[in-house]
Amino acid sequence: MRVINRHPGPALRLALVLAPFAALLLAYWIASELRLAANPADKLLPAPESVIDTAVALFTEGDRRTGRILLWHDTWASLVRLVSGVGIATALALGAGLAIGLVPHLRAMLAGFVGVVSMVPPLALLPILFIAVGLGEASKITLIVIGIAPVMIRDLSQRVLELPREQIVKAQTLGASSLVIALRVALPQVLPRLIGAVRLALGPAWLFLIAAEAIAADQGLGYRIFLVRRYLAMDVILTYVAWITLLAFAMDAGLRALSRRAFPWMEAGL
Amino acid sequence: MSFVVAHDIFHGYGRRPILERVNLSVEKGEFVSIVGASGCGKSTFLRLLLAEERPERGVISIGGAAPAREPDRARGVVFQRYSVFPHLTLEGNLLAAEGLGTRMGRLYGAARRAARERARATLGRIGLGHVATAYPATLSGGQQQRLAIAQALTAKPRILLLDEPFGALDPGTRTAMHDFLQELRAETGMTVFMVTHDLAEGFKLGDRVVVFDKPRWDPQFPDAYGATITYDFDARDGGIPFQTLKEDTRVLQSA
Repeated sequence: MRVINRHPGPALRLALVLAPFAALLLAYWIASELRLAANPADKLLPAPESVIDTAVALFTEGDRRTGRILLWHDTWASLVRLVSGVGIATALALGAGLAIGLVPHLRAMLAGFVGVVSMVPPLALLPILFIAVGLGEASKITLIVIGIAPVMIRDLSQRVLELPREQIVKAQTLGASSLVIALRVALPQVLPRLIGAVRLALGPAWLFLIAAEAIAADQGLGYRIFLVRRYLAMDVILTYVAWITLLAFAMDAGLRALSRRAFPWMEAGL
Repeated sequence: MSFVVAHDIFHGYGRRPILERVNLSVEKGEFVSIVGASGCGKSTFLRLLLAEERPERGVISIGGAAPAREPDRARGVVFQRYSVFPHLTLEGNLLAAEGLGTRMGRLYGAARRAARERARATLGRIGLGHVATAYPATLSGGQQQRLAIAQALTAKPRILLLDEPFGALDPGTRTAMHDFLQELRAETGMTVFMVTHDLAEGFKLGDRVVVFDKPRWDPQFPDAYGATITYDFDARDGGIPFQTLKEDTRVLQSA
């Protein structure tokens, strides 16, 4: 039987899902053991137990000077920036996507521009942002928006263009105006795509957030990682990386659940 | 003057003529089947009737109105596919037929309740009452087309345009849809244009069958000439016209 026709059973599937994670942890554990056996004071690959101890401390114990639990403050600061940036980018993408997809004049004006702008490497703009809008929250949020909005706009406008011509014509024969077609025909049908676009954009959004925080911030998940890097505090860095991964994964899963629930008419289209 | 008049239509894409010298007059309540080989401009002609495109030359007028510049409520349309809105329930699709024409594209309050009553009644009549709150994706092809036709008629158009409406259906469903369409027509007396590949279907449903073909043909350059209406059959009485004698012919009766 060909391998493309062989499917795993439920138990084997679960084992296969978990295997790469287990392999990664095992590889880390072995490497850590080896290094610690050679030098018990090694800081590069701390033992899993000590990482867990540090993680518990980071999540529960306050800062020695201020008494604040820094991890939660970092998380809050980062999430505010991320959600603001992604939120603004989503609103932009929706508006511009519908406009470009439906209105030929706006398409002629904006499609090429967005295409060029999306090719500008956002991180290259970061110094300009820091100079122009300062080192505060605005520059970080702007970076996220500039980083993900053009791609989202292109994606969304393409989805609007892919709506069958028949549907747009049908809506016109039912008397719908341009605005009504945008709001009642195109918008509801691209909303699931919008959620898909947001899910795809979350990865880059985290990238830009952490890059911006690493360069100029006074709190935030990326800031903390790059701060403790100076002390080779691998246990802290690993905890933060795992925490960021968990946050990103939870957002993705949440959006997927939302789109399943909110758009029953999509059927298996998601 | 006839209800629908197409006068001296020329149309093409780029330098390629598709239609030339098309003239057609259709009376109110007539069912016109449009047949012809692929690429002979029947769908183009339907798009012109729909006002999705405007002819390069010539005038199409419905009920004596000025030529339309874009699709409007005077024209109802059912395509082979994608004719209903997938994001609306069946009931929502019929409500949309009444609501999309308003300023915000939606009916509110008493008007909405009344429209919902009518939508329920319509769904019951077309045999889809039991799935009023389902989405079109859950329907079969025939059911979707029934919904699409009902939706188009709910908007009370002056003419109904069908672009190969039953092309994607299996033969059994197709026959059922013919009955459905003939019933609806008997009720509404709608003027219908139907593009079809199926000659038998065209003759069965139509009062007239018009054939699009190229009267001139250049074997070195097939794109040189456009198509026009080459035949205009009277398809009433099963395609055998003049069998209902209008005169009192004693000669035949005595024979």
